[in-house]
Amino acid sequence: MKRVQVHIAAAALVVVSLAALAAACGGSGSTAGASPKQKINLVAYSTPETSYAKLIPAFNQTSAGKGVTFTQSYGASGDQSRAVAAGQAADVVHFALEPDIARLVDAKLVSPNWDQGQYKGIVANTMVVFVVRKGNPKHITTWDDLTKPGMQVITPNPFTSGGARWNIMAAYGAQLKEGKTPAQAQQYLSTLFHNVPVQDDKASAALQTFTGGKGDVLLAYEQDALLAQESGAPIQIVYPPQTIEIQTPIATTVKASAAATSFVKWLYTPAAQTILAQTGYRPVVASAESAFSKAFPSAQTPTEFTIDDVDSGGWDDVMTKFFDPTNSVMQKIESSIGVSTSS
Amino acid sequence: MTTVALPRRRASGAARPSVAPGVAITYLSVIVLLPLAALLWTSKKGGAHAFWQAITAPDAVAALKLTLGAALLVALINAVFGTLIAWVLVRDSFLGKGVINSLIDLPFALPTVVAGLTLLTLYGPNSPIGLNITYTRKAVVLALLFETLPFVIRSVQPVLLELDREMEDAAASLGARGHTIFRRVVLPNLLPAILSGMALAFARAVGEYGSVVMLSGNVPFSTEVASVHIYSQIQSDYVTGAAAMSIVLLAISLAVLLSITGLQRWSAKHDR
Repeated sequence: MKRVQVHIAAAALVVVSLAALAAACGGSGSTAGASPKQKINLVAYSTPETSYAKLIPAFNQTSAGKGVTFTQSYGASGDQSRAVAAGQAADVVHFALEPDIARLVDAKLVSPNWDQGQYKGIVANTMVVFVVRKGNPKHITTWDDLTKPGMQVITPNPFTSGGARWNIMAAYGAQLKEGKTPAQAQQYLSTLFHNVPVQDDKASAALQTFTGGKGDVLLAYEQDALLAQESGAPIQIVYPPQTIEIQTPIATTVKASAAATSFVKWLYTPAAQTILAQTGYRPVVASAESAFSKAFPSAQTPTEFTIDDVDSGGWDDVMTKFFDPTNSVMQKIESSIGVSTSS
Repeated sequence: MTTVALPRRRASGAARPSVAPGVAITYLSVIVLLPLAALLWTSKKGGAHAFWQAITAPDAVAALKLTLGAALLVALINAVFGTLIAWVLVRDSFLGKGVINSLIDLPFALPTVVAGLTLLTLYGPNSPIGLNITYTRKAVVLALLFETLPFVIRSVQPVLLELDREMEDAAASLGARGHTIFRRVVLPNLLPAILSGMALAFARAVGEYGSVVMLSGNVPFSTEVASVHIYSQIQSDYVTGAAAMSIVLLAISLAVLLSITGLQRWSAKHDR
């Protein structure tokens, strides 16, 4: 009996010390540091990492940014959003698509008015482009070329990747713009996905698969493709006649430091937008547009439509209609691929 | 597990009860039991109907079949080649044996994505040896074979080292030939170790994500394994479905591990 009591006491001791340890760890990681004004926890999706590597030093040169330190975290947009919702410290969040901010609004971590400003919470744009092998050996120029028999199209899995969702909405929206009915556009998606031999879990992995030699054409973010091209990958960008404008949203959290608010404000200055343009993004501030064309003279500007053009209900509506894992357009298409490949 | 103190020590220090069991149980709770309970709790949130629907959805069934089939195949291949490698490492001597012996554990140390990338470079579209099997079910098996290599080897090796060579000599002196000795004398002694190595390899294969996600192509119904399917459900905010699938995988692995333990006990009893 006495032994049992000792065991319980020991167990309690361990629990208490573990709790203390957890509290200590939590304390150091949270925003409530000694001088919360001077520190910004930045949580972003993976591709703007190259941009922030240049943006942060430039911000530190300004009077508002003097002495401000950053903690940076990059990863797949959905993962990052989920981590913040689950408690990861964040002052500024920058994601690949709006539903990832909406998750934080639902969790009461971001104000529902986050998109009420002049730029509607969008800090930088990019678009869905075709990436082909150098010299474009398969002569791919239009969306219809992608559904030709035998064509291998690389795009990530729409249920794991935010980038893949943009790709699908680009393909679908382009069909609508060509005058097809929604039913015909869905049929197009189905034919398209029968040409997809690999569905990576994220956009960066899909790019790797393509540069690794698999596939004839990759659907990708223009910004990603420009950076890959610059780093010497033997690829070429083809601008489809019509494509979707990818709007990447940024927001400060409700607990954000004052420095975080001034950082986000600064990101809309011509200086910051120029850096974004030079690292492959389409700036949202008009005066920085020339910086993009100067940095990427071969880049073209196709006709663009937005997610609201595709579906007046926006991402909210699109997520349930197209990407619900149990009953949606893409779920049915993926199932139909299974029927045809396993038989 | 419950009696850590040896009888002799207990006699001398009866007034100093051990805190070890308390620590062990608390540690296990924090690290394993609580997370598992939380997972079970999450999977039950949607009710039995939602649970059943999640694990019987056609794509879930396809992913489960592929995963279990591949894991079983991998366990069997490991049983043969793991035993063979362990045999060579224990019974043969050759130059560089020590180095090879140390290499065996590397799959444990290597981050799984690095393993995936390495295999992709070697056996992918740009394969320097002209072998491209990536983005097929074969690639799933290949990735799992790499990740599970050490299990059978490391469980057979110590048994083989302890094995009394005189038994084999005795069998030989009675006229048994090489393969008979192996089948009738060596193998029965190794079998428990081989089985437990297989079970560990199977359980590890069922849960593997990092290398498979890079090599398989992740096409639902064709090359999407269960762990990737679970990840896609999490990414689609379908947490109940993800938890339900995880519970199924855990239950199968647990059943395999338990039945191996049971089998070993049974065989140990019948040996004596």
